[in-house]
Amino acid sequence: MTATDENIQFHTIAILVNNEPGVLARVIGLFSGRGYNIESLTVAEVKHSESLSRITIVTSGTPMIIEQIKAQLERLIPVHRVSDLTVEGPFVKRELALVKVQGSGENRVESLRIADIFRARVVDSTNSSFVFEIVGDTGKLDAFVDLMAPLGLVDVARTGVAAIARGAAAL
Amino acid sequence: MAKKKLTGAEIFLRALKDQGVEVVFGYPGGVTLSLYDEIYKQNRLRHVLTRHEQAAVHAAEGYARSTGKPGVVLVTSGPGATNTVTGLTDALMDSIPVVCITGQVPTALIGNDAFQEADTTGITRSCTKHNNLVKDVDDLARVLHEAFYIATHGRPGPVVVDLPKDVVNARGVYVGPDKVRIKSYQPRVKGDIGLIDRAVKLMAGAKRPIIYAGGGVINAGPAASARLERLVHATGFPCTLTLMGLGALPASDKHFLGMLGMHGTYEANLAMHHCDVMLNVGARFDDRVTGKLDGFAPEAKKIHVDIDPSSINKNVLVDIAIVGDAGLVLEDMIKAWKPTPAKDTALKSWWKKIDGWRARKCLSYGNNGKLAKPQYILQRLQAEIKDRDVYVTTDVGQHQMWTAQYIHFEKPNRLMTSGGLGTMGYGLPAAVGVQIAHPEALVIVVTSEGSLQMNLQELATISQYRLPIKILLLNNGYMGMVRQWQELFYGKRYSESRYQGDPDFVKLAEAYGAMGLQAERPDEVDGLIKKMLAHDGAVLANLPIDPTENVFPMIAAGACHHEMILGPKEPDLAETGEDVVLA
Repeated sequence: MTATDENIQFHTIAILVNNEPGVLARVIGLFSGRGYNIESLTVAEVKHSESLSRITIVTSGTPMIIEQIKAQLERLIPVHRVSDLTVEGPFVKRELALVKVQGSGENRVESLRIADIFRARVVDSTNSSFVFEIVGDTGKLDAFVDLMAPLGLVDVARTGVAAIARGAAAL
Repeated sequence: MAKKKLTGAEIFLRALKDQGVEVVFGYPGGVTLSLYDEIYKQNRLRHVLTRHEQAAVHAAEGYARSTGKPGVVLVTSGPGATNTVTGLTDALMDSIPVVCITGQVPTALIGNDAFQEADTTGITRSCTKHNNLVKDVDDLARVLHEAFYIATHGRPGPVVVDLPKDVVNARGVYVGPDKVRIKSYQPRVKGDIGLIDRAVKLMAGAKRPIIYAGGGVINAGPAASARLERLVHATGFPCTLTLMGLGALPASDKHFLGMLGMHGTYEANLAMHHCDVMLNVGARFDDRVTGKLDGFAPEAKKIHVDIDPSSINKNVLVDIAIVGDAGLVLEDMIKAWKPTPAKDTALKSWWKKIDGWRARKCLSYGNNGKLAKPQYILQRLQAEIKDRDVYVTTDVGQHQMWTAQYIHFEKPNRLMTSGGLGTMGYGLPAAVGVQIAHPEALVIVVTSEGSLQMNLQELATISQYRLPIKILLLNNGYMGMVRQWQELFYGKRYSESRYQGDPDFVKLAEAYGAMGLQAERPDEVDGLIKKMLAHDGAVLANLPIDPTENVFPMIAAGACHHEMILGPKEPDLAETGEDVVLA
């Protein structure tokens, strides 16, 4: 049952919560207090009229720990729904990154070429730098950042994963 | 028609009244002055002044556990709030409904490191079921009602409401409790009938069944305990209880095997180890109960009934998990149960095996030293109180385990003890809460010199309210349980577990206006207990006990149920063929 078990899985969990003070601290405190992992976390209000926020957490653990995480999340009073997207069917998972590359000459051209292949957009440009905006799943963003590393990568900001189930059903 | 506006303090009093609160345990301070002023103006709500905020929470726990109603605490900001943390954690671990209102500095000063400011909601977030900072007086009534709802529904627990001074003084609208509905918190109480049917079928086919019940049955109310008894009788199954569950089945019931776990009885632990079907109602497979998880009831199909879905499959993977209130699920199980004569023979031979284990008399002990044995003292106490309705609180350590082993609890809500957190200093303030709730009842604290001195100041509370609490102090001059582990597992190196410089407890009792009693020899024990029980005021009875006495049986941490260590005075055990270690 410890994290050293071989049977570690990654799960993407969507949580609908009241947008009230301390709710994020409750969720994060639960993870740190019980020794669960957070690989990625995003949060934003999604329904202003009802003051609801959606948290997307990518976490890892054995199947027993994943079940515990969901049960513990559901136990929090301001939590309305917990949905394990990984087990509930196909889902779309996206992340956005802003990637700053510094340089000139061939490196600069090469970075633009790669950005084109990845469908990254230039959102800021100076004579010696670009800021690229790229959207995709985590693997695609990792690959893009890796490719930019030898070309003058100086800064990366990533949003973390937002995810939603495919098909008509809603959370 | 516009509603009349009330001050925050008036709303507070009105909300407590509408929640049926009769008693508040607390300690005033700067930012709660307006609340206390409102309390001063009325006679309906009683305030009990403890001498420390931790004790106020334990008193509220004692009140809650002995009545089934939520305990209410009122403390000030800063140190008042931080002092409650141990009590709140205790209530969280043992699922005790407590509503704790903490004062807070005015909203404009929050975050400024103001005098007596602490981030109370931040500090208590992980030691409460829920907490809330009220920033607008118009939210106050709703938040207070929600706090009571959350504390008492689903798996009970402590809730903190942090109340800034300016909110208390502002004027706002009151709403009644009937308006409260928490959309995001609707705990499931009714068990799934299909699962209950499957569970009952599994039980009907069992050859070596056991029922293992815990504090969840007590929390579900006296009716749940009555149903547990009915199910036990309908099935004829043996039943063991956790420390938190003692009293859920009468100790005198012949189906009762005693407490299980680290210091459980030989028969309870071996029955757990060898069972083929286990029904767990309202217990949480705590590590002090299961021992080593890989070796826990290896042959058993396990059924788990719990109101908290996060308790299920947390430590032990079970075959059937039923989420629901213990009382309601037990009721459905009784309805679904059909006796099957075919399995009577199997059950008979299982009982025969259990009776063999019982015949070991694992709680026997040698009693010939110069100093009284704690087991003897508690047996004498049990003999004196067996025909009375008694409430017992304990502190934590050896005396707690001996109380669980030698005092027989016939009804639920009669034992108040810190189970999950193991809070030394719990017993005395908890007894204050119990005696306030049951002014006419006999309330006994079984404690030790170590635990007692962790909340000794509550002798003043007992004196102030003339509470006739009986304190039975089993004094071995050591942190007994620490000493026991040092003896057994640390080569008898008694590092810092010896108390020196303890006070004269008789004089101490007298200084607080209580009766002080002192026994020296074993033959004085009987008379002393009689004298203690006969006195109509508070008594502190100091009984020196044999400091070398250990609690047995014992399952060492990380061992299995069948690897029990029995006491040195046990008869020869070779004939059982069980794997038993002698200390």
